[in-house]
Amino acid sequence: MSTAARPDGPGTMAALALGDDALILAQRLGEWAGHAPELEEEVALANIALDLLGQARTLLTLSGDEDELAFRREERDFRNVQLVEQPNGDFAHTIARQLYFSTYQELLYGQLAGGTEPLSALAAKAVKECAYHRDHAEQWTLRLGDGTEESHRRMQTALDALWRYTGELFRPVEGLDVAWDTLEDTWRASVTGIVTQATLTPPEGPQAAPWAAGAGRQGVHTEPFGRLLAEMQHLHRSHPGASW
Amino acid sequence: MSGARSEWPLWEVFVRGRRGLSHTHAGSLHAPDAQMALRNARDLYTRRNEGVSLWVVPSAQITASSPDEKDPFFAPSADKPYRHPTFYEVPEGVENL
Amino acid sequence: MTTVLPGHGPEAPGEAETEAFQAVFDAAVAADERIEPRDWMPDAYRATLVRQIAQHAHSEIIGMQPEANWISRAPSLRRKAILLAKVQDEAGHGLYLYSAAETLGTGRDELLDKLHTGRQKYSSIFNYPTLTWADVGAIGWLVDGAAITNQVPLCRCSYGPYARAMIRICKEESFHQRQGYELLLALSRGTEAQKAMAQDAVDRWWWPSLMMFGPPDDESAHSAQSMAWKIKRHSNDELRQRFVDICVPQAESLGLTLPDPELRWNEERGHHDFGPIDWSEFQQVLKGNGPCNEQRISQRRAAHENGAWVREAAAVYAGKHATEHTGARNGEAA
Repeated sequence: MSTAARPDGPGTMAALALGDDALILAQRLGEWAGHAPELEEEVALANIALDLLGQARTLLTLSGDEDELAFRREERDFRNVQLVEQPNGDFAHTIARQLYFSTYQELLYGQLAGGTEPLSALAAKAVKECAYHRDHAEQWTLRLGDGTEESHRRMQTALDALWRYTGELFRPVEGLDVAWDTLEDTWRASVTGIVTQATLTPPEGPQAAPWAAGAGRQGVHTEPFGRLLAEMQHLHRSHPGASW
Repeated sequence: MSGARSEWPLWEVFVRGRRGLSHTHAGSLHAPDAQMALRNARDLYTRRNEGVSLWVVPSAQITASSPDEKDPFFAPSADKPYRHPTFYEVPEGVENL
Repeated sequence: MTTVLPGHGPEAPGEAETEAFQAVFDAAVAADERIEPRDWMPDAYRATLVRQIAQHAHSEIIGMQPEANWISRAPSLRRKAILLAKVQDEAGHGLYLYSAAETLGTGRDELLDKLHTGRQKYSSIFNYPTLTWADVGAIGWLVDGAAITNQVPLCRCSYGPYARAMIRICKEESFHQRQGYELLLALSRGTEAQKAMAQDAVDRWWWPSLMMFGPPDDESAHSAQSMAWKIKRHSNDELRQRFVDICVPQAESLGLTLPDPELRWNEERGHHDFGPIDWSEFQQVLKGNGPCNEQRISQRRAAHENGAWVREAAAVYAGKHATEHTGARNGEAA
């Protein structure tokens, strides 16, 4: 691994954490191409993935070479939260993941937009994209929650299953000047509000697994992540030094 | 609209390309309701920056002139050339008219 | 009833009227005017259009699969973004085309059902596999190149909604072919392994791309009538020749060869001669025996079936909630 892929300093580490969030979620959303429940939704999911990929490229470039960082790092060097690496599951799981994450990302970028360069400029642009992503997730949460019995059951299952990955969202990230308590309170109010409106029950279980090893921000990931990276990095790594 | 049917109704999409222009028909799409139709229209018809404002209308709500009425509807306007400025003769050299 | 949905033609006229309508239709086509959805049109014209537009729409959405196969593995983030945007465009183009077909009175559900049950076809080219990353480039350069050669004349097709959809599609697709060429160029100028990958892809995609123009003119079942109706503007062989002539210098600039030993410039004709196409392969793939026919349709069907509960949920929700909407005029809300 080159030095470009081993950034340090709190500023670059923060950009890396946010960049990895966006990159890995874009990778997951890209897997929907050709599998979405309706053609209109193909276009919608791809739009969100492209927004995130754009954010990821800007953020990773703040820390080094974007491709070096995306394709040459080992699993332990990725700083994304575990939530974004969770498999797509059914459409309800994807929507639950989107709801939790985009609500968080919009609030986070909202705060960063009023902060310092270089993150403030990126955040000011990205927060509008995040607002649209959150709206998309909310619209679908309402329709799945308050649709049929089956969709209600699936959406509740998905919200419950992914809840355990939400605690990590509010752990302070070094280098980010964010009021984390406020962020968490606002997030909870927003998510609870829409979940309740969708006739669903806000999950109540623990928001993190009880494990001292840490979580995504410390480079500790879940089992599906290794496979995601293997697939994403394989071609690039098979041709060391090649240009594409 | 029947709630149990899973085929989403058809919507017509109108896009205002930029301020100062009127909304023009861009195409159609399927959506379960107006809110989703707007969002789908945004994703589909403005993903290359094509618009600043959108209208969506259920296709079934559009009342169209029927082809049978073609002549009575549109023919009379064809023989009123005096509605067009080119109808009038202006001597050479007269400006700003 | 005075409200007629766009896409639903007028009541069937009597026999005497039909002749008059036919004359109006023929005159419009002869004068290069567009036929619009609620105009009278011959049943066979309508059926031909539905078949062709549906096949075109199906090709767009089945065509997402071979390329989407590489989104997760794209070797740079720039390439990943380009590929994702391209596959998204194909979904969008499928949508434009289904909309055009719907103006003829056939709903998207019905068309999709015909695709899923094999009663309507899609372009055979998408029954070939994308085995390496270079295939993404070869599809862009050759398959999209062939498609554009076919599509540009369709922008002047006699049926208005189809022509308008094609104008939008051709405009948006202008980047598709270019990105494929650029991708191959990067490989060709890259390492030996990359260049070999590019050549291998071009070798595999060249002949199937030539088959995309359809059977030779003397064996093409629908061509003559479609030309007379101005649905089609050029014959299969004309377009194929145009494509070959365009590709030869481009291949040269890429530093790649085309897998046809008989390919050479014919001064007299002012065109390139090329070797015989293996139409038995084309017929076999068309019949369903291509390398990926089963896979493509299965994935398409699975996506549709797995999405059924989602579509139903949204429809039921819409039935429960009379959606609030904002009127088009200031202060209007209902």
